[in-house]
Amino acid sequence: MKESKNIFTVSVYTENNIGLLNRISAIFLKRHINIDSLTTSQSEIKDIFRFVIVVNASEFMIKRLVKQIEKQIEVIASFYHTDDQTIFLETALYKVKSKSLFDEKHIQKIIKNSQANIVTVSPNYFVIEKTGWREDTEKLYKELEPYGLLQFVRSGRISVSKEPMNISNILGINSDK
Amino acid sequence: MNRLENKISGAEAVIRSLIEENVDLIYGYPGGAIMPIYDELFKFQDQINHVLTRHEQGATHAAQGFSRVSGKVGVVMATSGPGATNLVTGIADAQIDSTPMVCITGQVASHLLGSDAFQETDIIGISTPVTKWNCQITRAKDIPEVLAKAFYIAKSGRPGPVLIDITKDAQFELMNYNYKKCFSVRSYKPVPDYSDDQIKKASKLINDSKKPFIVFGQGVILGEAENEFKDLIEKTGIPSAWTILGLSALPTDHYLNVGMVGMHGNYGPNVLTNECDLLIAIGMRFDDRVTGNLESYAKQAKIIHMEIDPAEINKNVECDVPVIGNIKETIPLLLSMVNKNSHKKWLDKFNSFYDIEFKKVIDNEINPTKKGLTMAEVIKEINNSTNGDAIIVTDVGQHQMVTCRYAKFNKSKSNVTSGGLGTMGFALPAALGAKMGAPEREVVAVIGDGGYQMTIQELGTIFQTGSAVKIVVLNNNFLGMVRQWQEMFFDKRYASTELVNPDFVTIAKGYYIEAEKVNERKDLKKAVDKMIKSKKPYFLEVTVDKENNVFPMIPTGASVSDIRLE
Repeated sequence: MKESKNIFTVSVYTENNIGLLNRISAIFLKRHINIDSLTTSQSEIKDIFRFVIVVNASEFMIKRLVKQIEKQIEVIASFYHTDDQTIFLETALYKVKSKSLFDEKHIQKIIKNSQANIVTVSPNYFVIEKTGWREDTEKLYKELEPYGLLQFVRSGRISVSKEPMNISNILGINSDK
Repeated sequence: MNRLENKISGAEAVIRSLIEENVDLIYGYPGGAIMPIYDELFKFQDQINHVLTRHEQGATHAAQGFSRVSGKVGVVMATSGPGATNLVTGIADAQIDSTPMVCITGQVASHLLGSDAFQETDIIGISTPVTKWNCQITRAKDIPEVLAKAFYIAKSGRPGPVLIDITKDAQFELMNYNYKKCFSVRSYKPVPDYSDDQIKKASKLINDSKKPFIVFGQGVILGEAENEFKDLIEKTGIPSAWTILGLSALPTDHYLNVGMVGMHGNYGPNVLTNECDLLIAIGMRFDDRVTGNLESYAKQAKIIHMEIDPAEINKNVECDVPVIGNIKETIPLLLSMVNKNSHKKWLDKFNSFYDIEFKKVIDNEINPTKKGLTMAEVIKEINNSTNGDAIIVTDVGQHQMVTCRYAKFNKSKSNVTSGGLGTMGFALPAALGAKMGAPEREVVAVIGDGGYQMTIQELGTIFQTGSAVKIVVLNNNFLGMVRQWQEMFFDKRYASTELVNPDFVTIAKGYYIEAEKVNERKDLKKAVDKMIKSKKPYFLEVTVDKENNVFPMIPTGASVSDIRLE
């Protein structure tokens, strides 16, 4: 427990049942570990859901935590990875007053350089979408901030591992290789 | 058969499902949201006996006591709201002590969920961290499948408690009943596969070891591997010590039984944990009360951990060779690969430590010369009177440690106690459950005066069922274990540990239970014998020394080898 903390991505494959999120988050709560981000979605297998949970903790703790998660009846498998073992992204949305888009030439340059997309434009506001690493969405946040952000939101991390997880094998479904 | 083709209510489906699972005994307490199920229970009372406890917590502990002596799943019923929340302590106790239990709670009608209806509480949310699995049912048609799954999960692999919450409308709703037993859940692997390689490595370590030492836990009992375990230790000649929940898996007087490990365990097994060259942990989880300070726990030894729950491997103590799987399967494989051996000199070392402990502690406790009675001499009389054939149920505290240290056991599944959670109030209802789970056996509950009063109302249940439970209260007018810590670590500041007690004999008699009180040594033997001879429930209060301490003791944070004899 004395070892240093690191960012880990915990992936959990589960059945899609009511209450499972509570059961999994309780495992973090019991050990006084904060969840930095959490995303749930359909996985590559029909009816199987996937949690992607980002935490800052020691590997000592993460190893034990993942075993406790995997022990839950409706959890099929659980893994943990460091950042260099995964491909990961986040998406951010920025809502900005339309006026600034026309008044400030500079803002168009920012959007272009950051490779962000304009999702929608209305008379009052427009919305920019940026997908990338935390640093990218944060950089754009700082650049847009002076022009007045009406709203900002960032998704939890989504991530796929470089190595296969072989969930189909565990479930006895035909392999996804 | 015609009836089965017709639709039945969800409530009837609950009862029929329980009968399919061979349930003939339920502990519980009715109330508004579970009345349809109780109404069906009334119709099936020739097949299922319902025991009305005096509090829902009592129902859970009774179900635990029943399960621990019979190996069957304990079944509990309660209503919504307070009925359900009162189960939580017993569920948490069953979770940490791996006791199979199925709790069925009523819930407000599904259209009222989330409306703060009368007696509505989120028991699924509340019980999630302390159940192996839980599930809410809002449609009658789901009842058979979910209940089948509940029983399968509760008793398979590492057992544990399951809670099923059924809304009142689902109990009334009609459905086509069809019961299929559950044999698998695709996301759940109760018994992980063992690896031949692990067993080979373990056998090599055992064959190479000069000073091997086994610590075994409840896994031996839950896995029903007592005989396999005995074969292993007798072939290899390895001294074996037990955790509190492993107690009774190996007869007390077996020549390789070297006593208890842990905070109030025996001197030899604790000290020699830090001298053995191989520690073999079997069906135990390295609780902190067993290991003391982990930084100095068996650091010199190689460690083999035989365990069914992969999450226990390397959780507290890192092992060299994990042998994952059901020990009922893995021990025989190991047995075929280990050499016949005897470690006489090494075993003698345990015996010489026992002699030291006997002189310094045990002799004074079981053969006291001072005036006040000791807890241990009461246990000695119970041993004499029952020959070690009784089931002994204990509560939590000094009397629990003393009883586990001194009680004699000939048979497995004979020690019932609240280990991991340390639940005061456990013993009285658990003893009732134990007696009903093993009616042919003598059941003696040994309880402190503090814990006794936490569930004392279950005397009513004992009286009503006529269960011949023998209740011994060791009364020192203190919360003894807390007082001991206050004496040792808080400069004798006895903050809120002294109890002014009622007349326990009168209370027992108020429940029409025969009762006696012993204050002096000369009356003890006769009183214990009379209690054991009785065919009815019986209450015996023994006044014991007010300020006696339990030794040996490993102070919190100290190493097992720094165990104190005084």
